[in-house]
Amino acid sequence: MSEKLYAVTLDVNGKLCTAHVPARLSLVDCLRDELRLTGTHIGCEHGICGACSVLLDGEPVRSCLMFAVQADGHKVTTVEGLANADGTPGVLQDSFCEKHALQCGYCTPGMLIAAHALLQIVAQPTDEQIREAIGGNLCRCTGYQQIVDAVKHAAARLANDNSSAADKRR
Amino acid sequence: MGFKLKTDLNPQNFRYIGKHRRTKEDPRFVTGRGRYVADIALAGMKHVALVASPYPSARILSIKTDAALALPGVHYVLTGEEFCAATDALAIGVDAPKVARYSLANGVVRYAGEWVAAVVADTRAIAEDAAELVEVEYEPTPHVIDPEEAVKDGSPLVHPAHGSNVILKKHFKWGPVEDAFARAKHKLSLRAVWGRSSTVPIETFGVAAQWDAGQQILDIWASIQMPKFPDQAARALRLPGNAVRVHFDVDVGGSYGVKRGIKHTVLVGYLAKRLGMPVRLIEDRLENMRGGDMHGPDRIFDMQIAFDHDGTLRGLKIRALDDVGAYAGRSPFQLGKPVTAICGPYRIAAIEYEPTAVLTNKTPEEAVRGFGQAPTNFALERTIDCVARHLKMNPIEVRRKNLIRKEEFPYLIPSGSTYDSGDYHTVLDKALNAIDYPALVKERDSARRAGKLAGIGISACLEPNGGNSGFEPLLNPKNDTTTWMDSCVVRVDLSGAITGVMGTSSSGQGHETLVSTVIGEVLEREPGDIRVVRADSLQALPSNSPVGSRMAIMLGGAAAGAARKIKDTLIEIAAHNLKCTIESIEYSEGNASVRGHPDQRMTWDELIAIAHRKIHQMPPGIEPGLQAKFVWEVPTGGKLPAADNTVQIYPCYSFEAHVVYVEIDPDTAAPVLRKYVCGHDCGVMITPDIVHGMTYGGIAHGIGAALYEKFSYTADGQLESGTFMDYLLPSAMEVPTITIVDHCTPSPLTTFGQKGSGEAGYLGAPAAIANAINDALAPINARIDTLPITHDALWQVIRGAASSRN
Repeated sequence: MSEKLYAVTLDVNGKLCTAHVPARLSLVDCLRDELRLTGTHIGCEHGICGACSVLLDGEPVRSCLMFAVQADGHKVTTVEGLANADGTPGVLQDSFCEKHALQCGYCTPGMLIAAHALLQIVAQPTDEQIREAIGGNLCRCTGYQQIVDAVKHAAARLANDNSSAADKRR
Repeated sequence: MGFKLKTDLNPQNFRYIGKHRRTKEDPRFVTGRGRYVADIALAGMKHVALVASPYPSARILSIKTDAALALPGVHYVLTGEEFCAATDALAIGVDAPKVARYSLANGVVRYAGEWVAAVVADTRAIAEDAAELVEVEYEPTPHVIDPEEAVKDGSPLVHPAHGSNVILKKHFKWGPVEDAFARAKHKLSLRAVWGRSSTVPIETFGVAAQWDAGQQILDIWASIQMPKFPDQAARALRLPGNAVRVHFDVDVGGSYGVKRGIKHTVLVGYLAKRLGMPVRLIEDRLENMRGGDMHGPDRIFDMQIAFDHDGTLRGLKIRALDDVGAYAGRSPFQLGKPVTAICGPYRIAAIEYEPTAVLTNKTPEEAVRGFGQAPTNFALERTIDCVARHLKMNPIEVRRKNLIRKEEFPYLIPSGSTYDSGDYHTVLDKALNAIDYPALVKERDSARRAGKLAGIGISACLEPNGGNSGFEPLLNPKNDTTTWMDSCVVRVDLSGAITGVMGTSSSGQGHETLVSTVIGEVLEREPGDIRVVRADSLQALPSNSPVGSRMAIMLGGAAAGAARKIKDTLIEIAAHNLKCTIESIEYSEGNASVRGHPDQRMTWDELIAIAHRKIHQMPPGIEPGLQAKFVWEVPTGGKLPAADNTVQIYPCYSFEAHVVYVEIDPDTAAPVLRKYVCGHDCGVMITPDIVHGMTYGGIAHGIGAALYEKFSYTADGQLESGTFMDYLLPSAMEVPTITIVDHCTPSPLTTFGQKGSGEAGYLGAPAAIANAINDALAPINARIDTLPITHDALWQVIRGAASSRN
C-alpha cells in the first residue's frame, strides 16, 4: 500500500508547476527531486544552515522546514529564478562573481536568496545590515568577507542603474 | 630542485598571474547549475539509510531484518557479517594491522553512531522507515572516552587484538635538548588543549555507484577530496584498479580535508555490484556528525620551554596526545606533519617531540585542514605568550627576537626540513601597522578603564605547503611511501583552442581558474578561452589530490610544465619553417617570428595547422598534433628519514601574522572580536581573489575552533553536539570584518615563485584569538588554555577569578 499523494500547484520562478507528493515531503525535496530544480541545496534539514533558503511569496524561508503541501498555491522563487528574463545572471549574481563571493558554491543559492530579499527592502544596506540579513546562511568557505563586499557592490550598481534609468526618463 | 621555467618569465611582467580575475567556476554556482553528487540522478537509482549503534561499545548479539525487508520498496538489508567477509579492511597508514576498519561493524560496535546495517530501498524515506524496523540486540561492554584514561594499563580496550589503545607512539629528539634545558636561565611548562572540532562542510558526504556487469566496471561519483581514492576503493572491493572509474567532474560542496568517504564508497560500491542496481548514499546531517568519521584533531599538548632572561628561546619539549577515536585511516599522521615546522617560525636549536595517538570509543578522526598544524601552532603560540608574560616582556618583542630572519633563508630546522624563503619580521610589521598597534593598545586600555575585559592577541605561524608524504615513513618505517606526484595534460586542438586536463576533484579552490591562468601565462594566450576539464580516474594521469595546500605548486607547476612543452614545440615548428635556429625565434602571444626580422613570421593558426595537418612541414622527431603531459614529484621531497629521524618533508612555507582585538563583557562573558588583521605571505599569488577568499574562510574556521565548535561527549559515550543546535558554526555575525595585508617572498623552488595557500587563516587564527582572550583575562589573573573557549568556559573562569579575589 503506497502513501496517499496530494496534488500541489506552485508558481515556481513564474511558471506554474504541479506535482503529486506525499504529505510528509519537504518543499526542498519537492523542488529538487520532483521539479528537478537542483539549485537549492540541503545542508542540515533542521533549519539552521540556510542552504535551502527560497523566497515564498517574496520572503525568505527554510524550504527544509516546510512541507510541499504547505506551499500549494503560493509563489516560490529559487536561485534559478534570480536571473534576468533572458537567462543572463542578475546584478547580484554578477556581483558575486566580480567579488568572488563564493568558492564551493554550496551555500550560494541560499545566500543569494537572503541577499536578494535584503536588497528588496534596504537599497543601500550597511555592513551590519548585510551581516544580519545573511546571518542565517552558514558558509564554511568564504568567511563572509567577499559576500559582504559583493552585496555592497550590487547595491551600488543597482542604485546607479536606477539613477541612470531615472535620468533617461527625465 | 623544483621545476622552474627559464627566466623569460619576469615576475614583474606577469600578464595574468597576480591579477584580479573572475573565476571560471563562479558562473555555474551563482545560477544554481553546480553538479553536486546529490544532483546526479542515475536511472533506477536506489537509496541507502543506515542503522547506527546507540552504544559506544557493545557486542552485536543478533540482527533481525525480516520486518525491514517486508516493507514494500525495500531491496536489501546488508550487515557486517556478509560485508566484512566479502571486502577487505580499509587502509591504515600506521603500523597497526589488528586495528581493522570496515564500513559496517563486524560483530562489535566501537562508537555510538557506528554503522551496523545498511538498508537499500526505492526512496530514502522508505529506507529510513525500514532502518527503524531493523532489530539489533546488543550486549554493552565497558567503554573508554577519556584519552588520558585510555592510555593507562587496565583501560577497556577498543581493539583488544591490538593489545593496547595506543596506536602510535614516537619519541624524537633533535639537537642537544637536555643541554639546552640545563643551561637556560628560565623554564616553564604549560598544558594547551585543542578541542575536538572539524571543518564540517555545509554539504555532507555523498556517493553514488553503478556496476556495469557487461563491462565489469564500477562507476563512482562522490563528494570526494582524498589521495589514492580510486585505488583504495578498488582494493577494498577486491577489484583490479582498472575496474573502478571515479568521475572527478563532481562539484564538491566544501571539504577542507574531511571528505574522505572511503567507508561510504566501499559500502555503496559493494551494494551496487551485489544488487546490480545503481545505489546512492547521501549522509543526512545526523549521520554525518556522528557516523561520518570526519572529526578533527582532539589533542592535549604538554609543552616545556627553556629560555634566556632576554627572551631568547633555547629548547622546546612537546608531548602531544591525540584521541583518534575508535578507528584510524590517515588521521594519526596528523601528529607527524607538524614535524615539518616543529619549531614554528622561530630559531630553536633543540626540540623533543613525543606524539601519541590513542584509540577511544568515539567517532573516528579524519584529515582536517592543516593536517595537525593548526593545533600545534596554537600550542606553540600560547607557549610564546607565556614566556613573554613570565619575563614581563611584550609578546611582540619576544617574537621579534626569535623569528628567523630574512637573511637566514633557506633555513634548516632541527627536524630536517628546510624553510624555503620568508620575511617574517616584515609581515608582522605590516600587520601591526595595518591595525595601528599603538592606537589599538590605547583603545584596549581605555576599554579596560571603562570596566571591560579587553585584549590584543598576536600569532606568528607557518603554513607548510606542497603536500607530500614525508612524515609517513617517519611515523611508520614499514610505510615507505615517498612519491606524491601531480600532473597535467595540455592540448591545443585543430581549431587552435586550448584545453587543460586535470585528474582530481575540487571543492572550491578554483583549480580550473588556476590551471587556465597558468597555461595562459606560459603560452601568452587569454585564460578565459582556455577550457579545463577533469579526466576520470582511468584516463587521468596520477594525482594525489588537493591536500597539504599543494595544488598551486604541484598542479600549477604541472600545467606550466606541459604548457612549456607546447610552447617549445611551436618554437621548433617555427624555426624549422622559417629556416633559422630555435634561439633566434621570438615567441609572442602564440605567434613566432625571427628576432630582428618581424616580417618573417608565423601565426598561431599557421603553426597549429602544421602541427595537426601538415606533417610534411614538421621538424623531424616531433610528435604530430599539439599536446603535452607533465608529471612531477614534490620539489625537495622523495627521501626516507635518516637514522637520526631527520627528514625533509614539505618544500614551501607560507607565513601568517594575526593581530586580533577582543572585548569581553565582564557580566555576560560574551567575547566579541572587534578588530582583525592578518598579514599573509604565500609567495606569488596566482589568483589573489582566490587566495584571499580561502584565507578569510580559514580565519572563520579558526574562529569556530577557538570559540564555538566542539564535538562534546558524555561520560557514557554519547555525542552531545550532533546537530547544528549544539555544534555552533560561526555565522556572518560571529566573524568580524577581516583585513588581509599581503607580502610576497617568492619560493625559489617553484615555477612562478608561488607557495601553497589553502590552509591559511585556520593555522594562525585560533592561536591569536586564544592569546587575545588571555591578554584580556590577564588583569584579573585568569587564564584559559583549552579550546574552544566557549562562552560558558569564559564565564566560569571570570567568576572563578572574581571569587578568588573576594
